[in-house]
Amino acid sequence: MKKLVMIGNGMAGVRTIEEILKVSPEPFEMTIFGQEPYPNYNRIKLSNILQGETNFDDIIINPLDWYQENQIQLFTGEAVVKIDVDAKRVISDQGREVDYDELIIATGSNSFILPIPGADKIGVTGFRDIKDCEMMIKSAEHHKKAVVIGGGLLGLEAARGLLNLGMKVDVVHLMPNLMERQLDPIASSLLKAELESQGMNFFMEKETVEILGDNRVRGLRFKDGSEVEADLVVMAIGIKSNIEVAKGSGIYVNRGIVVNDFMETSVPHVYAVGECAEHREIVYGLVAPLYEQGKVLANRICGTVAEPYHGSVAGTQLKVAGVDLFSAGEIFEDGSTKAIMVYNEYDGIYKRVLTRNNLIVGIVLYGDTKDSTKLYRMLTKKEDISGKAIFQTDCGTGDSSDIAPMPNDELICGCNGVTKGTIVEAIQTQGLTTLDQVSHCTNAGRSCGRCKPMVSSILAYTLGDQFDAAAAQKTSLCGCTTLSRDEVVAEIKAKGLTSVKEVMNVLDWNMSEGCTKCRPAINYYLGMVHMDQYKDDRDSRLVNEKIHANIQKDGTYSVVPRMYGGVTTAADLKRIAEVAEKYDVPLVKLTGGQRIGLFGVKKEDLPRMWEELDMPSGYAYGKTLRTVKTCVGAQFCRYGTQDSMALGIELEKKFERLDTPHKVKMGVSACPRNCSEAGIKDIGFVGIDGGWEIYVAGNGGVDLRPGDLLCTVKSQEEVMEMTGAYLQYYRETANYLERTSKWVDRVGLDHVREVLSNGETRKALNERMDQTLKKYIEPWNEAIQSEEIQDKYYAKHTIKVGE
Amino acid sequence: MIETLTRIPVAHYSNLKARAGYSIKIDDKEIALFKISNGEVYALENRSPHPKGGVLSEGLVSGEYVYCPVYDWKISLVDGRVQAPDEGQVRTFKVDREEDIIFIVL
Repeated sequence: MKKLVMIGNGMAGVRTIEEILKVSPEPFEMTIFGQEPYPNYNRIKLSNILQGETNFDDIIINPLDWYQENQIQLFTGEAVVKIDVDAKRVISDQGREVDYDELIIATGSNSFILPIPGADKIGVTGFRDIKDCEMMIKSAEHHKKAVVIGGGLLGLEAARGLLNLGMKVDVVHLMPNLMERQLDPIASSLLKAELESQGMNFFMEKETVEILGDNRVRGLRFKDGSEVEADLVVMAIGIKSNIEVAKGSGIYVNRGIVVNDFMETSVPHVYAVGECAEHREIVYGLVAPLYEQGKVLANRICGTVAEPYHGSVAGTQLKVAGVDLFSAGEIFEDGSTKAIMVYNEYDGIYKRVLTRNNLIVGIVLYGDTKDSTKLYRMLTKKEDISGKAIFQTDCGTGDSSDIAPMPNDELICGCNGVTKGTIVEAIQTQGLTTLDQVSHCTNAGRSCGRCKPMVSSILAYTLGDQFDAAAAQKTSLCGCTTLSRDEVVAEIKAKGLTSVKEVMNVLDWNMSEGCTKCRPAINYYLGMVHMDQYKDDRDSRLVNEKIHANIQKDGTYSVVPRMYGGVTTAADLKRIAEVAEKYDVPLVKLTGGQRIGLFGVKKEDLPRMWEELDMPSGYAYGKTLRTVKTCVGAQFCRYGTQDSMALGIELEKKFERLDTPHKVKMGVSACPRNCSEAGIKDIGFVGIDGGWEIYVAGNGGVDLRPGDLLCTVKSQEEVMEMTGAYLQYYRETANYLERTSKWVDRVGLDHVREVLSNGETRKALNERMDQTLKKYIEPWNEAIQSEEIQDKYYAKHTIKVGE
Repeated sequence: MIETLTRIPVAHYSNLKARAGYSIKIDDKEIALFKISNGEVYALENRSPHPKGGVLSEGLVSGEYVYCPVYDWKISLVDGRVQAPDEGQVRTFKVDREEDIIFIVL
């Protein structure tokens, strides 16, 4: 397999990888190095974090699962320091060496920090990544006064965020007008007035020459000698391509890493993309051109014939401190231009189109940008404007009337290159009714999100009378319905719905048999609501739970028998060994959950192997209790204060096979040394003198999180009672596929404690739990006993032609 | 060269359960046979066009579509086309039915 290495784990680079995964005829062995300790996140949204509108989880574009699913080796918090272009190898700051056949440099850029005295003092930062954001948020807790240097987009976003954090904010700008590269003087003065009314204070035409203070910043001095106080200084003057590693490795650089129309650098098999790349003397900083570059590069690397990159004409759609702006093309009037203007001071709307020889050459829109797609198209396609209406005649509100005259090839989502035609087609052919669904199917609105109102208008226009504005905004269970999880569960209860099919019929599913998101979810909710009265719909489960084995990437399966509490016997080990030998199992491995896995088993061998093993399924594949990991405990260990193995086995025997919203792992330790790592389990038990501590919502996987102490109890009976109640409450209130860690973060630990503190509630929860547990039978044995199950799920029919 | 079409009997219609996929091997060809809720039977090559492959026979069947079990691509059983936002094509085989016998035409 060819080896592809990428230096950098940001938006442009990872988008390139996504494109490669899409078009590549054969897989690459991929490795990504990212200097930041995070998966790829949406940098555009950093200002929303600063402004307190969202949190980090919501701006992750590619979660760690994504890297895993695509078998990409990701090294975060690790920078590449050297490229050996002769040996085709990269070397990281931790001394790791990785060979490549093709190398992508996507190192992005850094904040440009003014080279003035004092710029290295504590309290001086750029505004570029999560670390900068965290630093500003922390500063705001202890300090009052911030100065932002730079009156461009980034500076104003940072200033707005700092105001939200309760700081007093001055903005220093070298030029006479804010955002002078995007706005003309009128729009600029409107923006300044608006921001002043929001509480910002401006120092215009001031050049900062020194940062004052001892260790920490205390203020700044301007060239004219005047000074201003500051506890925090944010430099948002611009970006500087991050070209160090390329430069040090003999790759030709200028302001950025110089690339040709195929994103190739001066060295064969080394490419650059994104803010670190310089193409025809331009370094782009907006997401749309970078995504275009990514597409070109993906085709180049996969050897697909496609258009070279010719550079981008960028229209900039922005939102600054609540004000919508759009800007494209020329900003300044000269003798040869004629302007068309609309100025509505009352509503705070200003629009100016610059024309030359009947063509649009520049656009500035302030306060109302819904003409932007149309005008931008006229600009890029050089449409003659004689006799055409330039602006919407009245104050339309972005409703359906704006959509009808829009041509199908008009670009709606600039970030992802999605046209009106694509969106309309998706809505019509796939019966979409919510914004969520449209984003999911077409990618529109998945990056900066600015086009969402337009997508919503297209949805309204396409659906006509069918459009339900409230429904369009909420998070539905999946693309097949507009109902949310809570609504579906409420309907199941209220209408007494008893099968997946009935739920979909009665609740008007637009795909009559659902999809891989709703079918397993509804099957779970029905089982949760109707307890032992519900007959499981096996064909609504995904492959692993349907086959009762884990599918591997080559279509083989794994077999993991139950080993209660990780305790086994010599006889059982012998039997496992015999079966492994007899069926020529390619891999025998201890799993992470204290048991033995047999990997690489053919589907048709599964029932016979199960029969010969004569052990229950370990459910290593299920949304259910996986394992209860135990330490040796008081039976043998000199430190053990409790019998951890006995409790572990009792827990595993009681709750095995139970359907839960997501997998559940438990751990039991006999003392606080915690050898079973109970602190990172969904439920963990730690023995102390005279009782047990119960920890909940721990997670040792993707979402690393230590458990929180739920309560301390005295006896094993109390442990069982509390655990039953806790698990049942999780089963009844979590979303399908929501781990306990996420669930507790969402509903709140205090809330869970309060619910479980009531003895009556616990008793009722345990009764429902016990009734549910009655319905389960051992699935491997069931398969062995039933020819019908074997034929439907496990047989492979081999036919030889001509016999 | 003359190409001949071969009809190979592969299953009894009455034995097939709806919304299930069956894996069939004809010589070296791996084929997935599906019966859907309306009673129609379809045959596709038992391999997802996803760059990393994977089988189709164990996928979730919904109407005229199957979802690839490993990477969750949605694929039409009728014409083998991968549905947006993913792209690709699975080879399909013609299915004949005579009384209770299902034939695959190669």
